[in-house]
Amino acid sequence: MCTSIVEIAAAEGMAKREDDWFALTHSVVAYDHARHAVLADVITIDFVNTSLPPSARAAVELTLDAAKALNAALAKAIAEAEIEEAERSQGLERMRLGAPAPAAPSRIAA
Amino acid sequence: MTYRGMTVEEIKINGDKGTPISAYTARPSGPGPFPGVVLVHHLPGWSEIYCEMTRKFAHHGYIAICANLYERNGQGNPDDVAAKVRAEGGVPDAQVVGDTEAAVKWIRAQPGLNGKVGVFGSCSGGRHAFLYACHKKDVDACVDLWGGRVVMGKEELNAKTPTPPIELTKSLSCPLLGIFGNEDRAPSPEQVDQHEAELKKHGKAYEFHRYDGAGHGIFYYHRPLYRVEQALDGWNKVFAFFGKHLAR
Repeated sequence: MCTSIVEIAAAEGMAKREDDWFALTHSVVAYDHARHAVLADVITIDFVNTSLPPSARAAVELTLDAAKALNAALAKAIAEAEIEEAERSQGLERMRLGAPAPAAPSRIAA
Repeated sequence: MTYRGMTVEEIKINGDKGTPISAYTARPSGPGPFPGVVLVHHLPGWSEIYCEMTRKFAHHGYIAICANLYERNGQGNPDDVAAKVRAEGGVPDAQVVGDTEAAVKWIRAQPGLNGKVGVFGSCSGGRHAFLYACHKKDVDACVDLWGGRVVMGKEELNAKTPTPPIELTKSLSCPLLGIFGNEDRAPSPEQVDQHEAELKKHGKAYEFHRYDGAGHGIFYYHRPLYRVEQALDGWNKVFAFFGKHLAR
């Protein structure tokens, strides 16, 4: 690689290639020249399983702007998911203690 | 002189530490004598364009070989294999040197070789070609096309890439041709300057050509990085350089 911009994160989940799903071990984010997109440099994201053959890969090449939009969407979805998870945990805890549920969901935005 | 007839084969050679690896070879028709070129492929892998460039050298009268430096990482579409290599943190520099040495030995064993061998690479392959010519003394000319990470920061060093190639410049064993785009960032013009200063400091024979209006991957006709005028001129410079240093 000519740029050294590569970030590798452990991944638990699955990705799809054609009609098959495979388990993931890593997400690899890089900024380098595009292999397929008719663009110069791109953010590439590879979802891979390093213990499987190289075809165990779901890949995207994105412009920087598209990557930023994806990043923002991910951040928003993760923030909302964490609220959901916190509420679920609180609900489970209330059930365990036999306490009443709050009057209205706290997450509904104005 | 050009050679329309050639023999193209996929073979196995014993790479670094004796591990069998695949290699793509092309030999012009006729008895020779021919010079040889070892192609060191780029990060996108042992890909179609490197097979094409191997044949291009045969067309111009060179026995040529391009070894699959990613053989150990799996088989399949070169893009997928290259992505796997990236996920695994790249391939070790020492292993690439060992695999390239095997390719040089294969060329040197070919009948009809004129005794001269060049090493050629682009992108990460340009870096590796330079690295090889610093580690070994069995090549007669080296072509580095826009090889990034010849200059490396300490934070980039690791077990696979323990030494910035620029620090090995004093050991460069043959003349070097470098082709770069002034709009490239890896290597940046400042990094090319640093490399050139190091070559001058050690009195090495080199030619650097830097093109305006071009960045990385100038020769890659299948990518938007392609710059036709600079690519045509650059290929002429490659063949003039090898013609000068690999003739007998």
